[in-house]
Amino acid sequence: MDFRDSPAEAEFRARLRAWLAENNPGLPVSSTDDEYWARQAEWHTALYDAGFFGLSWPSRFGGHDLPPVFDVILDEEIAAAGAPPRPSLGYLVQGIATHGSDAVQERFLPGLISGRDRWCQGFSEPDAGSDLASLRTTATPDGDGYVIHGHKIWTSYSDVADWCFLLARTDPTVPKHRGLSAFAVPMRQPGIEQRPLRMINGITTEFGQVLFDGARVAAGNMIGEPGEGWRIAMTIVGHEREPGEIGYVARYTKAVRELEEALRADPEAFQNDQREGVAWAYVQAEMLRLHVCRRLSERLDGQGHGPGGSIDKLLMTWVEQSVGSAALAVGGSRAVTDADDVALKIYLYSRAQSVMGGTSQIQKNIVATRILGLPTA
Amino acid sequence: MDVRDTPEQAELRRTARQLVRELGPRTVADLDDAKRARRLAEAVRGAGWLELRHDGGDGGPLAGGVEASIIAEAQGEAVADLSFAGPVLAADLARRAGVAPIDGAVAAFSPDLVDVAVGSGAATATPIHAVDCDAQGASTAYVLLAEGDGYRLARAQVDGARSGADLTRAVRTIPAGAPLLPVPGQSRLLTRADLDSWTTLGLALTSADLVGLMRGVLELTVAYARERRQYGVPIGSFQAVQHLLAEAHCLMEGAFSAALYPAWAVDELGPDEARSAGRVAKAYCARAARTVCETAVQVHGGMGNTWDCIVHVYLRRALLSSRWFGDDAEHLRQLQRTRLGATHGLS
Repeated sequence: MDFRDSPAEAEFRARLRAWLAENNPGLPVSSTDDEYWARQAEWHTALYDAGFFGLSWPSRFGGHDLPPVFDVILDEEIAAAGAPPRPSLGYLVQGIATHGSDAVQERFLPGLISGRDRWCQGFSEPDAGSDLASLRTTATPDGDGYVIHGHKIWTSYSDVADWCFLLARTDPTVPKHRGLSAFAVPMRQPGIEQRPLRMINGITTEFGQVLFDGARVAAGNMIGEPGEGWRIAMTIVGHEREPGEIGYVARYTKAVRELEEALRADPEAFQNDQREGVAWAYVQAEMLRLHVCRRLSERLDGQGHGPGGSIDKLLMTWVEQSVGSAALAVGGSRAVTDADDVALKIYLYSRAQSVMGGTSQIQKNIVATRILGLPTA
Repeated sequence: MDVRDTPEQAELRRTARQLVRELGPRTVADLDDAKRARRLAEAVRGAGWLELRHDGGDGGPLAGGVEASIIAEAQGEAVADLSFAGPVLAADLARRAGVAPIDGAVAAFSPDLVDVAVGSGAATATPIHAVDCDAQGASTAYVLLAEGDGYRLARAQVDGARSGADLTRAVRTIPAGAPLLPVPGQSRLLTRADLDSWTTLGLALTSADLVGLMRGVLELTVAYARERRQYGVPIGSFQAVQHLLAEAHCLMEGAFSAALYPAWAVDELGPDEARSAGRVAKAYCARAARTVCETAVQVHGGMGNTWDCIVHVYLRRALLSSRWFGDDAEHLRQLQRTRLGATHGLS
């Protein structure tokens, strides 16, 4: 057991720290301001061009073939510099890398990793949330491709996306989990209507609804085999539930540091309960950082992704919501008298964490039945 | 960075769990089986685990904080009724002071159980506590005496058995006015940094004990939820019960991750950084263990509230391990002090 940097890790950390000192774009707190999403693509490109993104992914697709623990260093240094978190798209990379043919991987991974192509994820529907396998969007064979009809919702950044990782029903005659397939659907074509959704905290550039009405996708854009869609979706949501994959430790550590700075700046203005809330958020964020160190170390012996992602998702959710509550407490009366207050927005956004990527209730079902081995009703 | 167990650590973890589970109490009645308890104590002593923090010849300990924490976690998991952390911590203190450890000695603590007891003059000024001492006979507890910038070891005699919340480890109170006896041969005074580092070991071992308690009590609670039937089905098939157990399992996993860091840091990082890691772990583990043990009582229903059901043995031990070296409230306060600077209303 060794938490210390190896020489190669220390060298990487020093190089990254020096780069961050010069290149922090100083964006607003993530998911609290539309400007954040407007400029997030630049940040992705900057990180990638400097060689600090896609660390553990294959170099032939633009990654760096490094052990996964380098992502811990990336998140720690990003947080220490107060820079924006790394783009959260590891789960799409894993989905394509695990299930896509060589041709699909070569075609899509480089653009996804470099940020040249922007992607959204078309899974949920108005009537298919937790019960994702009941989704009704169809992809019907037509000539050399498929025609898509359906309604996707909670589709983050769909309005700026070039591609949609779409889950659609290709065979309505088989049981629901077996009739799904996955596609890379080009978003800039007729037959696609975008409807933005305003989030609980007021931001408009994150969430969207996408209506497909006769959009087309070529057969070669299928990811995996026909009928493999459910397994692909499970790969993706499994990774989406892992804080090590999506870099959220940096978000929480940074948020806690900012709250601590506020308390230090004006110690007389805060009460003990506010300070204790921030101290607890610090403890939670540290726990998650250490938990990610452990999980990414376990990957060194090929320990894959299983239902354990649900444990990590629940821990991450508790951390995010502790940070959100601490922010609200520190915000005090300002947070309820100013609709633009950032503490209010952090708090309100934190409520989504127990829903996105599978609700906390679904995660608990998975932990109970697949990890603890409890019987299903 | 690679925080996996080394092959040797993994082997130690396996051995410790196997040995302690085999000889630890399985039922409340087992706690009265003195022969079993003696066999357990002999096995732990025979394995050399009480000597992990003895001087390895170069002033450093024979084994790291990670190894000591692995054993501590195994003790908690099996609610082992023998002295482990008490004597190991006392030996670590003696090593830092450059004296040979007294067999069976423990450290004495302030009335709130947070800090090692510091005396003055010839006798104890306030009641102090000897934690995790041998339940059978009398033993010795180390007390510190301030001297210049450092501390000298003294000792007080511990006797008068009295049971506390924890049914598996003895806590004895040494009354005010007990004589403080010299500890001869101390080659160097203990510094503040020595004590900070020693405290980190205490935080690591009590955190590991709490992780073990969570692991152990969850295992038997999940087994109970699979067996116990109501409405014609196992209660573990109800989502309300499943979700309680799933939450408890996640808390245990997070606590385990948090507790690894101070166990490693105590020998590898500076005293301040290591102690901060210890505070984080202890704050998280103390809160988590309380919730997990209370969940275990709840899932056991009426039986869980009886003396004969073993879950209260875990809860009771968690109460002591949480309080010993400071609980979540204490460490959240201390983290505020160190991270936010001294502010009014905080000591």
